Amino acid sequence: MSVSDRVAGWGRQFVAGREVLLEDLSHAPKALFRGLGRSYGDSSLPPTSNPLVVNTTRANRIVRFDGDAGLLRAEAGLSLYDLNRVFLPRGWFVPVTPGTQFVTLGGMVAADVHGKNHHVDGCIGQHLTRLELRLADGQVLECGPDLERELFLATVSGMGLTGQILEVELPLRRIPTPWIWQESERVEDIDEYVTKLKEAAEHWPMTVGWIDCLSRGAHMGRGILMKGRWAQSHEAPTAFPRELPNVRFPFQAPELVLSRLAVQAFNFGYYWKHLPRKKTGLVDPFAFFYPLDFVKDWNLVYGRRGLTQYQCVLPDSAGPDAARRFLEVLTQRGGASFLCVIKDCGPESAAYLSFPMKGMSVALDIAVRDDTQALVDALNEFVLSVGGRIYLAKDHFTRPEHFRAMEKRLDRFLEVRHKWDPQLCFKSAQSVRLFGDPS
Amino acid sequence: MSAGKKVVVLGATKGMGRAIARRLVERGDSVALLGRDAEDLERSSADLRARGAPGVKLSTAWCDLEQPSSFRPALDGAETALGGLDVVVVTAAMFGTQEQLESDPAFAQKVLTVDFANTVVFCEEARKKLLGRGGGTLCVFSSVAGDRARKPVVMYGAAKAGLSAYLEGLDLKFRSQGLVTVCVKPGFVKTGMTEGLQEPPFAGEPDEVAQVVIEGIDRGTRVVYAPPIWRAVMTAVRALPRFVMRRVGF
Repeated sequence: MSVSDRVAGWGRQFVAGREVLLEDLSHAPKALFRGLGRSYGDSSLPPTSNPLVVNTTRANRIVRFDGDAGLLRAEAGLSLYDLNRVFLPRGWFVPVTPGTQFVTLGGMVAADVHGKNHHVDGCIGQHLTRLELRLADGQVLECGPDLERELFLATVSGMGLTGQILEVELPLRRIPTPWIWQESERVEDIDEYVTKLKEAAEHWPMTVGWIDCLSRGAHMGRGILMKGRWAQSHEAPTAFPRELPNVRFPFQAPELVLSRLAVQAFNFGYYWKHLPRKKTGLVDPFAFFYPLDFVKDWNLVYGRRGLTQYQCVLPDSAGPDAARRFLEVLTQRGGASFLCVIKDCGPESAAYLSFPMKGMSVALDIAVRDDTQALVDALNEFVLSVGGRIYLAKDHFTRPEHFRAMEKRLDRFLEVRHKWDPQLCFKSAQSVRLFGDPS
Repeated sequence: MSAGKKVVVLGATKGMGRAIARRLVERGDSVALLGRDAEDLERSSADLRARGAPGVKLSTAWCDLEQPSSFRPALDGAETALGGLDVVVVTAAMFGTQEQLESDPAFAQKVLTVDFANTVVFCEEARKKLLGRGGGTLCVFSSVAGDRARKPVVMYGAAKAGLSAYLEGLDLKFRSQGLVTVCVKPGFVKTGMTEGLQEPPFAGEPDEVAQVVIEGIDRGTRVVYAPPIWRAVMTAVRALPRFVMRRVGF
């Protein structure tokens, strides 16, 4: 009896396997936990030897909330969507949010997500106070920054491989209003973009930007830079922002939709929609943090073959022109992407496999084609040459030798993981591919 | 009817009951949670406290559909804790696949007893209590499985058909006295109860079902299909001649 005989990440690269939906995680089988499946690649997919993942999304109860201190403890399957629905109207928000609210707390911890405020606030793991884990031997254990610290640092960013995350405790933050004051700016090329992004980071708690990675030559990397902060009460309306109704992308699109011409048209339109050089004003937090959440199942745009996201971080030591050189590798290969997001990152966190490091993060959505592997290889070789790394939560195509060369912290992670799970009960398709786990 | 009601939910810790209880407390209704696992009840109560509007009352009481002696004390306790009673919702039930029920007569008897006889007995207690207070709403989860005999749900469907008939009878006899009966017929909903089953088209999420059910309670709708598409699906299935039903597998 199976619900479905295949599972995929957000990139829709399917593998054989099935998801078990459980309300009570304390009786979960020994298998990888998976939240809302928003990691793009194979992070939340089962290995072939145990083709089972436990879907945690029904384990979504709030355990307690301290309304004075803002300390929240909840079951790992609670979604950020649900959390925002409950707490944003009351003036509380998570210290760090990724670019979609369709993620679970457990997933946020496992990927050690970062957001537009990384340069100020770091990753989600740096804010956690406690995690409750069930380990390979069945014992349930609490860990935190000051308790079983090794296990904690391996679990944050550990992609679910150290044990099953049952509960998550973190402080929410008071926000002055549920509105964002945003300034956005059209930028002519990649060098100007990088300079302005660094400048913006000094004055704004949240920054992000989009660039047109198809334009070449003088306009290479032209884009739109966005800066934001929570609006103060005298700036914002008293009304709570109304969340726009969702639309659902209705079917798997034919590949034609993703033709180079279409991507070019999209990029051209997106750039010139921002006609004035600079715009300022109030925006609602859903549009600001989660611009793509309005279209449910938008990954179907990428058709039968799906997509991958390539996200890497280029360290400051690579020089100010690293982003330009990266784009050159991409455009030489003819890589086309609807979305290219560049964001500056603050210092690396102590979590063993945490993605960001001081530098610049670049993320590209790429339609999967015959040459995708070759494109990812070329980008990885560049990233490796400048001392950067890729983000596991997005990855499906990186070769293990590239990953090992980029990730000097891997051995330490594997050592701690091995201590708590010597039999490797918790494996993913990704850990088999990249960490050398037996399949 | 407006918010601020006093509602008992039997089965409030899981699946659709959980989703309904959340929507109720968010809009300001007070809820008494009935269930058979004290720790689970406490966890759900804490969840609802964190989500609920200010001033919402919450209480828990032990109640097990396998033990009819637990029914009256649980309802009495809930009424006292809430300071009244306007609505009783029953989402609790047991499920077994036709194969499980055929191969294990003791299990079959348990499912049939819980889903029909004991649910009716619980409803009788609730009915008396609500009528004694001058009226109220009794909202009970039956199933689309009770609408037409089908091969995969021969026994479960029979129990639910009986329950649907009972609820219709209550409506006929007691509506004039102020008892509003809402019979909910969920189609396939992705919850712990349906875990492991092949997912059919139009499978619903607990939260969308909860929204439809609460609208049904507010309006006093006699029969609520949730998700609503199942009304059309079951109309079509009921229209199929028996020789067709013998051949199809659903």
